Amino acid sequence: MTFDILLQYFLSGITSGSIYAIVAIGFNIIYNTTGIINFAQGEFVMLGAMIAISLSGYMPLPAAIAGAVLLTSVVGALVELLFIRWLKNPTVLRMVIITIGVSILLKEAALHIWDEKVRSLRYFSGNECSSISLFGAHVSPQVLWVLLTCAVVVVFLSLFFKHTLIGRSMRACSANRTASVLCGINAKNMVTFSFMLSAAIGALAGCVISPLTQTHYECGTPLAIKGFTVAILGGLGNSSAAVLAGLLLGIIEAASISILPVAFKDVIAISVLLAILFFRPSGLFGSKEEGRLKEF
Amino acid sequence: MNVKRYLPLFILVSLAVAVQLLVTLTGQAFYLTQLTMSAYYTIVIIGLCMLMGYAGQISLGHAGFFAIGGYVSAALTTADMTGMASGGWGRILQKTGCIITVNDIYGANICRLNPWLAFAAAVAATVIIAYCIGGPVLRLKGHYLAMATLGFGSIIYKIVLGAKIFGGADGISGVPSFTLAGRLSVNGNIDARISNYYIAWAGVALATFLMHNLVNSRAGRALRAIHGNEEAAGAMGINTARYKLNLFVLSAVFASIAGIFLTHYNGGIGPSEASVMKSVRYVAIVAVGGMANLWGAILAGIILNFLSLRGYFGSFDEAVFGSILVIMMLFAPQGLLVKPGWGIRLFAWTRKTGGGSGHGAA
Repeated sequence: MTFDILLQYFLSGITSGSIYAIVAIGFNIIYNTTGIINFAQGEFVMLGAMIAISLSGYMPLPAAIAGAVLLTSVVGALVELLFIRWLKNPTVLRMVIITIGVSILLKEAALHIWDEKVRSLRYFSGNECSSISLFGAHVSPQVLWVLLTCAVVVVFLSLFFKHTLIGRSMRACSANRTASVLCGINAKNMVTFSFMLSAAIGALAGCVISPLTQTHYECGTPLAIKGFTVAILGGLGNSSAAVLAGLLLGIIEAASISILPVAFKDVIAISVLLAILFFRPSGLFGSKEEGRLKEF
Repeated sequence: MNVKRYLPLFILVSLAVAVQLLVTLTGQAFYLTQLTMSAYYTIVIIGLCMLMGYAGQISLGHAGFFAIGGYVSAALTTADMTGMASGGWGRILQKTGCIITVNDIYGANICRLNPWLAFAAAVAATVIIAYCIGGPVLRLKGHYLAMATLGFGSIIYKIVLGAKIFGGADGISGVPSFTLAGRLSVNGNIDARISNYYIAWAGVALATFLMHNLVNSRAGRALRAIHGNEEAAGAMGINTARYKLNLFVLSAVFASIAGIFLTHYNGGIGPSEASVMKSVRYVAIVAVGGMANLWGAILAGIILNFLSLRGYFGSFDEAVFGSILVIMMLFAPQGLLVKPGWGIRLFAWTRKTGGGSGHGAA
């Protein structure tokens, strides 16, 4: 285990880890505003990449990505309007099943709109052969784009939730919905907006990871499972912890290749999920007392 | 035997016989194949319906148990036992029938493990895994429970997809027939179509009979109490955790046995039987039939599985089950066949009250 190999595992780990972190942040935004876990989050990532790939045939890459982010957030808003908004006091279990069904519908729609082929977006800078040497490890420049995107998203979201009116309104909704309604905040629109925001950052993540891990209609589901694992690992609702937890899971997964065959890489991530759910459902960084009060 | 109590069961059995006679006499006996497969899937549905309806535990990983049963028995019955047959223990094993000699397609003699032993091993494996998983999983609620079972199903899927011993992406084929008694055997031969049909439906009838007795027994009343209000049931002295765990293991065994027989019937199994989509399919069917409504689930299971297997849904197969799930959960979380307005009180057999709100499950 020389330093180069460790560094290579580390960089590969934080690449996939930052994507899981962005998906987890999407989960957390919706969970904070509504208490629902939106299993269709992975499909937003897939849709963003697919739409960008289709659009990139007609317009330059940045415009294609922007268009994909916009269109995916429209899809997110539609999902909320059609399936969630008009339900009165649904039980948690009912919402879980509904969002799982919605994710299946999105997946099948993607299958029929595009096809089952595997596609990928163009590399942002350079091509698949270019590589940068970092202290002995070789990475594609796309890896740097992924890390940059994750950092930008995290910074943007923290500024957004602190300093803009809409961001503060969403935080108010998550803290106490009745009180925020009394203050004149339209809670229903905040819910829709949270879906749009989650879909948008998911789409961005999908676009940036697409050259590295190809996109096909089924690539959303494993992302949703791993994103959920990361969200739970960091404590549900805690976005900054989700970033740390994402990087941690990414590194564990990357390092597991040295022990198990690659075919079982996903088994490691899901085993982490089961272990956390069984032994510490409040997450690594969540408080245990608060966890006892929540209903798991 | 109280005839009135078991009336729907008699109706089911006579319907099965009637359909078989009709189909054979009109020369469309090919429908029997899909009806047989639907029957085996319906056994899974019966177990899952009990779990979701009475223990209120959603399970998105039941296809995993189906696959455990199918794969273990397939792997054991296709393993080449010639090495063991010639060793010291060989004669004893052959005398006791543990290893049987069959003719392969080239006419040579090969030694295989007795299917009954494979059956026992598969069921034992399922029970062990279900007890290990069930304990921690059933302490969770809501979306954590759903995700934990989904994760379990995914782990099983990835293991059977990746492991060489389970055939990888190709699955296991060439699974021999399973001789039940005398000339009755579970296999895919065209001449044995009718007997296989009756074996499958006998299985469904037996499973229904068992579950019906369970629901109307002391344990069943405890389960109904748990379904009504878990805390109150616990306050009355019912060991809720133990009942839920036992029901989980029982439904896993049902799924596993269905998997074993379907594997022998099809002569093989593939990793798609363990996929998340299959689990979602089972949950969708139970949701349509009504969570605690055994007959509704059976009816929905037969119809939907038959249509899906015949290919009526085309490439929209998964989309149909996904949309069924969404529509059911949006508009009729208690299921279609419990609505009193439909007038089919027959199907509300195990639940005296129709739509109730505020129950633990959905």
